[in-house]
Amino acid sequence: MSFIPVILWSDALVFLLLAAGIIAARYIRRHEHLRLPWRRVAQSGVAMVSLLVLALFTTIGLLDTLHFRTALPQSSSGEKIYSPEVLSVLDKGLEPLRTQTEKTYSAPFALQLYARESVTDEAGQIVREFPRLQYGGAHLADESQRTADVLQRGLIGALGGLIAGVLLVWLLRARLQLRSLRVAVPAVTMLIGMVASLAAVYHVLGTDKVGQDVLYLSLKSIRTGLIIGTVTTLVTLPLALFLGVAAGYFRGWVDDVIQYIYTVLSSIPSVLLIAAAVLMMQVTIDTHPDWFETSAARADLRLVALCFILGLTSWTGLCRLLRGEALKLRELEYIQAAQAFGVSSLRILTRHIMPNVMHIVLIALVMDFSALVLAEAVLSYVGVGVDPSMISFGTMINAARLEMGREPMVWWALAAAFGFMLILVLAANLFADAVRDAFDPRLNRS
Amino acid sequence: MIAYLIRRIFYALPILIGVNLLTFALFFVVNTPDDMARMQLGIKRVTPEAIEKWKEQRGYDKPLLLNSAASGTDKMTETIFWQKSASMFVFDFGYADDGRNISREIAARMGPSLAIALPTFLIGLIAYVSFALLMTLFRGTALDIAGVALCVVLMSISGLFYIIGGQFLVSKLWHWVPISGYGEGADALRFVLLPVLIGVVSGIGSSSRWYRTIFLEERSRDYVRTARAKGLSELRVLFTHVLKNAMIPILTGVVVVIPLLFMGSLLTESFFGIPGLGSYTIDAINAQDFSVVRAMVFLGSVLYIAGLILTDISYTLVDPRVRLS
Repeated sequence: MSFIPVILWSDALVFLLLAAGIIAARYIRRHEHLRLPWRRVAQSGVAMVSLLVLALFTTIGLLDTLHFRTALPQSSSGEKIYSPEVLSVLDKGLEPLRTQTEKTYSAPFALQLYARESVTDEAGQIVREFPRLQYGGAHLADESQRTADVLQRGLIGALGGLIAGVLLVWLLRARLQLRSLRVAVPAVTMLIGMVASLAAVYHVLGTDKVGQDVLYLSLKSIRTGLIIGTVTTLVTLPLALFLGVAAGYFRGWVDDVIQYIYTVLSSIPSVLLIAAAVLMMQVTIDTHPDWFETSAARADLRLVALCFILGLTSWTGLCRLLRGEALKLRELEYIQAAQAFGVSSLRILTRHIMPNVMHIVLIALVMDFSALVLAEAVLSYVGVGVDPSMISFGTMINAARLEMGREPMVWWALAAAFGFMLILVLAANLFADAVRDAFDPRLNRS
Repeated sequence: MIAYLIRRIFYALPILIGVNLLTFALFFVVNTPDDMARMQLGIKRVTPEAIEKWKEQRGYDKPLLLNSAASGTDKMTETIFWQKSASMFVFDFGYADDGRNISREIAARMGPSLAIALPTFLIGLIAYVSFALLMTLFRGTALDIAGVALCVVLMSISGLFYIIGGQFLVSKLWHWVPISGYGEGADALRFVLLPVLIGVVSGIGSSSRWYRTIFLEERSRDYVRTARAKGLSELRVLFTHVLKNAMIPILTGVVVVIPLLFMGSLLTESFFGIPGLGSYTIDAINAQDFSVVRAMVFLGSVLYIAGLILTDISYTLVDPRVRLS
């Protein structure tokens, strides 16, 4: 074997989440009353198109989660040595984008670098000019052919994507009843086809300071954003669910203690609490460099720790909601009947109360997702976000921000990061709204 | 009323003690002062003497909770907990790493923070409530749907984008106001204008949508139907009935943040170079000045709790049914 699979901490947590999601989905499929609200979500065009976008992002994120290390050329001793660089399946698929780095900035679709360099021309004279890119548009003789080439390649790619999309819709026509989806699927595949065909020879979104392709960076950032948005719930959910329901159901001193804990936590402004916790985590990581085999492992552990810190500081709101709901539920007849039959408290909590607060949990989780993705960028700016070596929207914005003062301005890295983030968060927000509308019993449906 | 206030302040004490213990645990137990010293002095090649000196300079060379070497009350007071943590209750925050007095620094920086945060808050409140009322008035029409769609898009945009985009457009492209900086007196207006504008715009999405939900919920009440049945115009119903009754849920969310305005905004202040508490905090985080971060955490929770008490008082002003006793 020329590679070994690597499972980083965050990968393991993602797989755990994925397994939990699949189990939950199978459970819901088998129960008609649980399926009903989801069917309402499935009937909403906006929700399904958002879900399509989210599914696309998730696929990219999952491909980026399958990590491995390739073997280095055999050494003389015959012992297998693996490269310290941790790659993912996505990296492998985007190999050209990842490896074809230029010297420094170049604009989208540019043929030349963005900075002048001293070059020796044919006559042996040293002139200052914009040198040609090593990879971007290298197949063209000069600038004049570019427009025609871009149009041609774009059209071919778009056409290929369109045909594939239409074919896909035709194959799935029995399941795709929504007209909006029948339009959205070919539109998405068309876009993918166009970008893929252009990205093969151009830097579609330009390159950054060290010459890395911005499209590649943006695609890599998706995983970080998704992990922050989802792994955090692994911490929030159990804390908020168990403590909230227990406080509402048992009341008395249990309620007092739990209320005290979440009042203390929520009375500290969240950015400050996160900053304090992250600073302390940094001290621990920095004073123990021997814990980590690769730098990817260190960056990864920092990401996981950030998720835990975000989770530990953000469960209080949901906990308060669940406590209130449990207070209401415990007075209902069916709970009192269960108590009269001598059902144990634990069983009442898990069988009778928790299933009836799940809609609140679900709404809160999907609503939190977009807030967390946005928070990542802000925290990275403040200096308490992900590891600077980890590719994320926050680190992209942070690096590009300093280039605002440049003349002429380097705008593409910022635009790419904000654009990708907007698409992800907008899709998440629209989907969350549809989920809330379908699950919230207070909204009357007539 | 006075008795109620005193009681509330006493209730707040355990929470502040909790916050204090939490920060103490975070900053001194999770990582010992030795770890911090090693980190600040560089991980490798750091001598025990250098660590001792670093700790002595900052007063971290004492036992954490109990000083068994001392006698009498000194057993309690000659400790890190007493001198660094408990002292925050009297707003004695000690000294920053650059040797300045943190309390004095905070007092000096509250002004600029407030100069940005207060106008942003007031103008924002008026703008969001008006926008939400407008959407409520045209409920169900294309205007309402477009308004909600706009809100969803605006709230999906990163806060950083508003700042970077606003700075680029207004300052760099149009040269209306300076990009960043701060001045005293009337001169401050030039510098305050853009941050306030950006602060207001970046909040439109989520806030207006939230107010709209409140108004819509209020509008479905029985008294609104009665008012309409009496023949009142829709405008009158909205402004004199719905708005007044919606004040309670609005106040719940709004009054809490008023004291926190003193803390300023981390992002805005650091982007615009305003010498307020927000940029002070960011600088401290970047320089890993733990004593400043600790002080800001404590100050933040004091102000938050003050906000909760203010919220209760404000209820009595708008809702005659509420009496504090």
